[in-house]
Amino acid sequence: MAAAVPGACWVRAVAAALLLGCCGAALAGGVQDQAEEFFRSGHTNNWAVLVCTSRFWFNYRHVANTLSVYRSVKRLGIPDSHIVLMLADDMACNPRNPKPATVFSHKNMELNVYGDDVEVDYRSYEVTVENFLRVLTGRIPPSTPRSKRLLSDDRSNILIYMTGHGGNGFLKFQDSEEITNVELADAFEQMWQKRRYNELLFIIDTCQGASMYERFYSPNIMALASSQVGEDSLSHQPDLGIGVHLMDRYTFYVLEFLEEIHPASQTNMNDLFQVCPKSLCVSTPGHRTDLFQRDPQNVLITDFFGSVRKVEITTETVSLDNDLAGFESNLPKDELATEPLKYAEQLPVAQIIHQKPKQKDWHPPGGFILGLWALIIMVFFKTYGIKHMKHIF
Amino acid sequence: PLAARTSITSRYEMVYRSTTAQEEAALDVATAQEADAALCPLQDASLGALTMYVVPKTSSLLPQGISVYVGKHRGALVRAGGGLAALRTRLRQLTQVMSFTTSSIAAALSDRVPDGQLGPDARRHLKSSLGYEITFSLLNPDPKSHVVDWDIEDAVNRYVQPVLDKLSLVANFSVDSQILYYAVLGVTPRFDKESSSFLLSAHSLPHVINPVEARLGSSAASLYPVLNFLLYVPERSHSPLYIQDKDGAPVSTNAFHSPRWGGIMVYNVEAPASPQASLPLHVDVDMVRVMEVFLAQLRLLFGLSREELPPEFLLESPGSEGLADWELDRLLWAHTVENIATVSTTLTSLAQLLDKIGNIVIKDDVASEVYRAVASAQSAMAKLATGHLHSAFQASKEAVTSSERAFFDPSLLHLLYFPDDQKFAIYIPLFLPMAVPILLSLAKIVRETRQRKKEPTKMD
Repeated sequence: MAAAVPGACWVRAVAAALLLGCCGAALAGGVQDQAEEFFRSGHTNNWAVLVCTSRFWFNYRHVANTLSVYRSVKRLGIPDSHIVLMLADDMACNPRNPKPATVFSHKNMELNVYGDDVEVDYRSYEVTVENFLRVLTGRIPPSTPRSKRLLSDDRSNILIYMTGHGGNGFLKFQDSEEITNVELADAFEQMWQKRRYNELLFIIDTCQGASMYERFYSPNIMALASSQVGEDSLSHQPDLGIGVHLMDRYTFYVLEFLEEIHPASQTNMNDLFQVCPKSLCVSTPGHRTDLFQRDPQNVLITDFFGSVRKVEITTETVSLDNDLAGFESNLPKDELATEPLKYAEQLPVAQIIHQKPKQKDWHPPGGFILGLWALIIMVFFKTYGIKHMKHIF
Repeated sequence: PLAARTSITSRYEMVYRSTTAQEEAALDVATAQEADAALCPLQDASLGALTMYVVPKTSSLLPQGISVYVGKHRGALVRAGGGLAALRTRLRQLTQVMSFTTSSIAAALSDRVPDGQLGPDARRHLKSSLGYEITFSLLNPDPKSHVVDWDIEDAVNRYVQPVLDKLSLVANFSVDSQILYYAVLGVTPRFDKESSSFLLSAHSLPHVINPVEARLGSSAASLYPVLNFLLYVPERSHSPLYIQDKDGAPVSTNAFHSPRWGGIMVYNVEAPASPQASLPLHVDVDMVRVMEVFLAQLRLLFGLSREELPPEFLLESPGSEGLADWELDRLLWAHTVENIATVSTTLTSLAQLLDKIGNIVIKDDVASEVYRAVASAQSAMAKLATGHLHSAFQASKEAVTSSERAFFDPSLLHLLYFPDDQKFAIYIPLFLPMAVPILLSLAKIVRETRQRKKEPTKMD
């Protein structure tokens, strides 16, 4: 009996300790939940704008970069309706492509990223600086179809990925024009003013890519670049069968990193920052987080690359009468046209053919041209003397 | 005051009077519902106005334990008791419930409030928009086992159209429907031996929507925000399928919704009586049950939930109309404030853009839209201050339309207008080499003229 009592006391003490431990764990769990709530992003949808700014066969790797990112982003959940893909799209059907209708991203032709569900929104010559800025700012002509628009709102997280040839402060578009970092920063500011994004992740894989994010000044932007100012981004591996370089190094390692991510993973941005050390990439990747409000530690990769929706359980119902008779709408219905409709002449061809050419009105030369010519003539005659006039006239 | 340059003041105007004879007669009925119905024609029916009747403490109109009854229209019955101060507090609380509170206005203005003040979940309700597109989709992943028939047109006409007609004041609605075959959920449900059913846990729900969204075809719809309502009939091998909430209990409605996107409901088909029943089974969907859930989700998406009320309040269910008049008022208050805030942000941003680029060309129609937007916004604010909700809302809608049209005009792209330094950079290399001989000759002429002027004076 005497021995049993301390045993009972011991058991009771252990039970009390266990209870306390459980309470502690529950409290800690509650606090943890609260902390997670606080650091969660407030977005409800995700968009992605993927831009490849180069054309021609030798820039195969830029198209492969963009298509690989497109594939990862789709795999992690962003639907095509929320992706704006801008490509020159001249690789798969290029006469120099030994394997037509494919774009490979890994040597030995392991992975074809140009499958049959690639939806390119801006292709070929539509990839211009103007169209890119119109997509970002939303100043699009009203006739543009919905798939070519960025219909984001103030609760959208947007991923912007750009790749191509770049320099210190600019990015070359299709070998004929450039976009400067000032223009890009202004475009993002226009987006912020109209609250077209909640948070923005900007990734750029070009030479001297870090110069492109130097001028950003709008809040909630995080930027990653493949190389610093003065460094070149290098390509990864040539494929001897196709004859060109297939991928850039930075994007290659980013994609290797993304292959490990699945829609429910909790990996955060700090891991993405470490992705390509100098030993592998030769250039030094850079990032910029000073404009971003949350700590990158708390930002999940799937906040930008995937599309995880917030859901709530529906607990309420509306009670309806079971046998509701046919409801007559109180609103006035549109009157149906009673007369037959005719097809209107779109282009009055007969009128155009028989038109006489319009006389262009003659305008006298403007002030600037007149002034310039007056100046030149006056100088000529002052210099050489007025007596030469008779030789001319 | 919410932010640096944003402050909003609100006041409730309360007019007290004694009841008229008609109202007394109307209140002399047995139940609160009848009183509410009888009082409706006697009330002030304009939007934004509320009428509250204070009934004696001992009145039998309100059931036991309930001190406030909120009707379907813009009236409420309040039980007197506990002194004048308590009555005033209760009336004030009731007014806030039926029109707007500080937090609902702050949520409407969430664009302008710095993020720290509101939580990340503050703005989950649908943004005020000129129109919404509602899409009903039936997902049948197993057509070999189930042939599902749903009479959606009839259901929409009967149950959804009354609600949309009531909401037609707020926005234009258009409804369409589709049936998708072989559309599966992205997650595999767990089999639970105890209930011999399949369960979808709460944390796997966020991953359900995305695989389906790609097939919904929402990109073909209009430019208005799209609300998707999906009805999922599980496969025979995964029937019956229940949704679990965070505590592990099955959800009674078997449905969940996502803010600003829509809702999904799982419709379980009963197993056939005999296991040898021939496949495919014919399923007639019970549209009443389905529409009850969808309409509730529609209300929740708009932010009209009835949960955060003190227990002594009794709310009349709005029945087939879907929402009570005062709930419509609540929506309108929030949307009007949001519209006006959006207009001022848009126009300020446009003005800043024009300041930055000095030589931007403003077309005449853009200018007229801006003038119209400013005039409408001012009139909306004036009307809002006097409490005329209907006209204030219309004016704010016009203001938003005009300001959006002005802001998003394609001619305002800053890329198209060169700043002055770029103009110098282009023209100077062109004209400077050409101008050098001209300038030198001019200098020579000036020198010669001066010399010639000096010489004649010397010679003479």
